[in-house]
Amino acid sequence: MTAQEVRLCGLLLQEHFGNVVEKVGTHLIRSGVLNLRALAHETKLPLDLVKKSLCVLVQHGMCTFGAGRRGPAGPVEYRINCEHVFHMLRYPRYIYTAKSLYGDTGELIVEEILQRGQMTMSSTVKTVADRLTHNMPEGQSMDYSEVVSVFSQLVETHFLQRCPPLASAGSSSSGAVDTPLPVATQPTEPENHPDCYKLPYINLTGQLLQSKHSSHTKKLFSGQPLCGDDGIYWQVNFQRFHLHFRDQAIISAVSCKLDQSSSEIVRTMLRMSEVTTPAHAAFTQALSANEIFRALLSSYNIARPILDQYLSLLVDDPMEFVGKTGDSGGGMYVVNLHRALANLARATLESVVQERFGSRSARIFRLLLRKRHLEQKQVEDFAMIPAKEAKDMLYKLLSENLVQLQEIPKTPDYAPSRTFYLYTVNQLPTARLLLQNCYKTVGNLIERRLYETKENKRLLEKSQRIEAILASLQATGAEAAQLTEVEEMITVPERQQLESLRHHINKLDSSENQVDETIFLLKSYINSTQASH
Amino acid sequence: MGGKGRGIAAFTFNIESLGLTRGSMPETQRGPTPLFPQIEYKPGPLKAGEDEDYMRALKQEMRGRMKDLPFNIKPHAGKGDVEKYKEKYTREIKRIEDDIWTPDWNRLPKELKPQKKTIRRKMDTKKNAKISSKDKEELLSKLDQLEKKGDVKSDEEDEAKGEKKEVDEEGEEEEIEGEQLDEELEEENDYIASYFEDGDDYGGGSDDNMDEATY
Repeated sequence: MTAQEVRLCGLLLQEHFGNVVEKVGTHLIRSGVLNLRALAHETKLPLDLVKKSLCVLVQHGMCTFGAGRRGPAGPVEYRINCEHVFHMLRYPRYIYTAKSLYGDTGELIVEEILQRGQMTMSSTVKTVADRLTHNMPEGQSMDYSEVVSVFSQLVETHFLQRCPPLASAGSSSSGAVDTPLPVATQPTEPENHPDCYKLPYINLTGQLLQSKHSSHTKKLFSGQPLCGDDGIYWQVNFQRFHLHFRDQAIISAVSCKLDQSSSEIVRTMLRMSEVTTPAHAAFTQALSANEIFRALLSSYNIARPILDQYLSLLVDDPMEFVGKTGDSGGGMYVVNLHRALANLARATLESVVQERFGSRSARIFRLLLRKRHLEQKQVEDFAMIPAKEAKDMLYKLLSENLVQLQEIPKTPDYAPSRTFYLYTVNQLPTARLLLQNCYKTVGNLIERRLYETKENKRLLEKSQRIEAILASLQATGAEAAQLTEVEEMITVPERQQLESLRHHINKLDSSENQVDETIFLLKSYINSTQASH
Repeated sequence: MGGKGRGIAAFTFNIESLGLTRGSMPETQRGPTPLFPQIEYKPGPLKAGEDEDYMRALKQEMRGRMKDLPFNIKPHAGKGDVEKYKEKYTREIKRIEDDIWTPDWNRLPKELKPQKKTIRRKMDTKKNAKISSKDKEELLSKLDQLEKKGDVKSDEEDEAKGEKKEVDEEGEEEEIEGEQLDEELEEENDYIASYFEDGDDYGGGSDDNMDEATY
């Protein structure tokens, strides 16, 4: 774990779970694997707090435990899954995707499960129905069956999955997994479990009656009547969401580069191969042009010869989104997933250089990406930039580590006068470098936001108190004069200050979301290169 | 070293191969780069749109919500004698949920479960209400019997420890976690903690083969 990643994990844990969990989590990340006693001793926190923190982390899937180095007889060891902590940055995106695919019900289901880590189907359905009923006008209520149907849809499309089962934990045995694993556990793939996407049979009674004065109590795990699915917990399948985001990125890239119709064609192709393509595949399954034509929605109005033209256009495009693998059935086409990701990452890198160093530096950068190794003179010639400026730009890029120098000796003694010095850019290491920069950026954004909030804490508290007073006054039916009097307790300059604070925090939050999009793209690219090795 | 004199840059190789001439060397650094350097190219504007606004609102809402969930663990705060008056209403307004979150213990290693010891404590306090001096005498007589049996050391320890624990817990009013209770007791006893391996099955381990002597 790099320093920036550890810092970001710490900030995210603190934001969501408080200082205690943050301390425990950060220490565990730094140390790798630890058992309970060592962790408590080294963090100098009381043992019960450490236990609670670990429970919370395991509940949310961020910490895994298993038989330690001393085997099943030794103490249980814990480790943190950093990737999972970073997913917390992306929660709004997951929820929004669920909303766009499955409506408000889907949105609430995913939100509930994300907030609580793991939930049983029955408790999810109940809570979501509660919330929906709460927001509905008087007299209406949400039927459990509707929520259940949306839940099943989410499971069918693999957006939700069962948590992998554990053998019932003995006191010192690992929370072991169903297949015997080597020590220092690897996380079980939930997909290995055959019932991963099987819905349990639950028995929920019909509807929820809305009562106006009921206080909104949320029952969690305690005190719920058995609904027939005890012990079956569901979690969000992040990988499926990531595949969805990847598909979205490819489709929007195609629509930017070519046009709307070609992006619809690619969308159809991706949809058809959703279930048949494994997660880390480099290509989708080959689809024939006939199949694609049949699967195209009639609303797109694409005739068969037009489709063929579009497909050949896509194949010839230098971005290589679509490839042709054969001629049967009117032509067999695949979507090149890994290559598309690589191209998207490359476009991101080029855009970063352009925005930071100007378009001419970007030209040099693109040149080096394409031509691999170039000498100083060649760079000047190919980029058509005068020598002095080209040198300046190259050194700047070199100092930022975006460009590397490669030495090619003519003689074995590496004498400087007799070696070639070539400039080069390697896409993968540069992508990793930028990814670390992104993590640092998000860390900085979060810290700035915390700072801003802290600076204006007094003002924020005052405004919260006044809002509470206003709310209670309105509830008890006060007159307008009293309300205005209360409102005036905040002076105009204070209001302005609050407004600007809100504006800043909104900006910082949006920036976090958008940097996360870049993080996703770069990480997908890096993972795709690793998978193919 | 080599070169024409001090202060004049001299290189061991022909600089022109890198494309440099004497006059065109970049300036030397005079220290670390500034913390907030001047940027020539201002960053582009953020994406603005419905989607982004909605996601931002989601993010802020979730942040606020997570603070109120029982997953947000707060350090031990000194509890005041009387709950502040406003506490009741702030809780209601903010909808802070009580810390009643019990995870499914089947899915966690047993050592994370704090209930074992507190339950035992609770049972003991219940017993305490009924324990009278008569019972203590019974205990003592039992001890004598065991002494005669010869199985002295370990059982005496256990029994005495158990008895002491019950006696001490009578005095306790505040709810302290079982773990802290343990440590307090161990300090009060004469038994040195290091001889006692505080494993998961506290108090129930077999002491028959204790190699270390106890005094």
